Amino acid sequence: MTDALKNDERIKEMSQLRRSLIRPELGGIVGTVAVFTFFLLFAFDSGMFNAQGVLNWSVVSAQFMIIAVGACLLMIAGEFDLSVGSMIGFAGMMIAIFSITLGWPMWIAILITFVICIGFGALNGFIVVRTGLPSFIVTLATLFILRGFTIFIPQTLERKTIIGGIREAAEGDWLGPIFGGKILGSAFQWLGDAGIIGVFTRGNLKGQPIVNGIPMLIVWALLLVIVGHIVLTRTRFGNWIFAAGGDAQAARYAGVPVDRVKIIMFMFTAFCATVFAVCQVMEFGSAGADRGLLKEFEAIIAVVIGGALLTGGYGSVIGAALGALIFGVVQQGLFFANVESSLFRVFLGVILLLAVILNTYIRRLITGER
Amino acid sequence: MKPIIEMKEIEKHFGSVIALAGVTIDFYPGECHCLLGDNGAGKSTFIKTMSGVHKPTAGEIRFEGKPMHFDDPRDSIAAGIATVYQDLAMIPLMSVSRNFFMGNEPIKTRMGMSFFDHEYANETTMSEMRKMGISLRGPDQAVGTLSGGERQTVAIARAVHFGAKVLILDEPTSALGVRQTANVLATVDKVRKQGIAVVFITHNVRHAMAVGDRFTVLNRGKTYGTAVKGEITPEELQDLMAGGQELATLEGSLGGTV
Repeated sequence: MTDALKNDERIKEMSQLRRSLIRPELGGIVGTVAVFTFFLLFAFDSGMFNAQGVLNWSVVSAQFMIIAVGACLLMIAGEFDLSVGSMIGFAGMMIAIFSITLGWPMWIAILITFVICIGFGALNGFIVVRTGLPSFIVTLATLFILRGFTIFIPQTLERKTIIGGIREAAEGDWLGPIFGGKILGSAFQWLGDAGIIGVFTRGNLKGQPIVNGIPMLIVWALLLVIVGHIVLTRTRFGNWIFAAGGDAQAARYAGVPVDRVKIIMFMFTAFCATVFAVCQVMEFGSAGADRGLLKEFEAIIAVVIGGALLTGGYGSVIGAALGALIFGVVQQGLFFANVESSLFRVFLGVILLLAVILNTYIRRLITGER
Repeated sequence: MKPIIEMKEIEKHFGSVIALAGVTIDFYPGECHCLLGDNGAGKSTFIKTMSGVHKPTAGEIRFEGKPMHFDDPRDSIAAGIATVYQDLAMIPLMSVSRNFFMGNEPIKTRMGMSFFDHEYANETTMSEMRKMGISLRGPDQAVGTLSGGERQTVAIARAVHFGAKVLILDEPTSALGVRQTANVLATVDKVRKQGIAVVFITHNVRHAMAVGDRFTVLNRGKTYGTAVKGEITPEELQDLMAGGQELATLEGSLGGTV
């Protein structure tokens, strides 16, 4: 057995640099660098990289990030959730119904909405693990059911599909600002006073910085990315997520509670969708029955650009966050660069294809798939 | 010597199908017990009742002299019965060290929260792999990059590391090449010498003869009894497995090469 202890002569030595580069996030990192290089070259003077511009694409990217973290962990656990978009519309509408139509305090409306939506997530998961049906089909059903309720309930109660007045209803509430508020306002005031960022030059906001704080939406996005990354890579539960998606039967035989892991991941995805929805209704001040349309696909695209394997068992939260960043920067950057907006889809399709090809190549290097 | 597991008159019915019709076998520590049988003989069903995947319809399981009831695989793993399945032993996309500790993750506590102890996991995995004669590029190497024999060896090392008293190997050599098979059989021998009871399922008589101390042939849900090493020839085992006559005719036409 002594010769087996030596390195196998058929395995090539890998350099340290190559080894440190070959990681699931590599595709996302390369894409991010490429996209920023592109826009720095072609849209530098467009205002995309001043304070407002940065805030603009940061907010859009943060929206994608919030739902991408949930979709990423769920995909690594081997399942899909196509009901994310409908869940966003439904959650927003529930908040409006509870706080405006029923007149409940905002914090109760938000908490009850979280409970209901996470309950729907658990139901998705429960049906998937109990029936063994593909989550694709089960959550497709949920997509229609939730969207139907989102239109039916406000029409029946209020005779309209958009309910406003939420910002006023949230005034003085303690929970509302956690989703709709801004932080570091004074720091931005200081930056404005020091002339580092732009300030309003007339009107009743004269002297105040144009960017007057970091929206809580961005804080939520970063928080979810960090927590998601730590849970996935540094905890026992994270190992279970990989195992459940990698091979559910093998994981069960090793004593991993696969069903529980999957149901919790469906609940977490619903949680992320609800965070998105609450931030959105707080920002817009209204809930609409068509909110969140196609968000499930945008989340999945961000996750796949970030290097996750569609069939589960492999992926990275950091990668998914970079995928969301690429998505947001491209969408807003083309607007700044004055490119015809319909070309956004062409651009997105090309990026998606390139990212998946690169990711597949990297993954094969790591996992020895053939 | 007292048996570590006694399986008494185990029956298992799936609806109207009788998969096991009263099988009695004793397993002893430090011995490799080969379970032979053709496809559909009930080998897999039998070991799944031992590992807690199936509940027997009738019969008794005694573990270390006490009657045992396994509700799911976790129970039998906790009792010290580990099963290595042919192709479900490892998850190829995950690293060797994540696979090694799957379901038994080591925990360290930082600021009141528990985290996966990667340092301990990596060190332990590397040293256990060295003991088994497998050289890894690193603990983060994916299992998908290992050969089939190495995967079986990792799975066996994992079971032994986590204190298995009984190790069930479900056709560990059936998909392997000659050299890899030899490595796995050598591993079985090492494990047996540590006092672990090995249950080795195969339909290859030569592999069984190479490491077996006792041999039981299953056929159509029943056993033909257990033979001790030296009491039975490979030819007799082969005949028992195939139910005798037909194979004798076949062997004749093939010139005795089967």
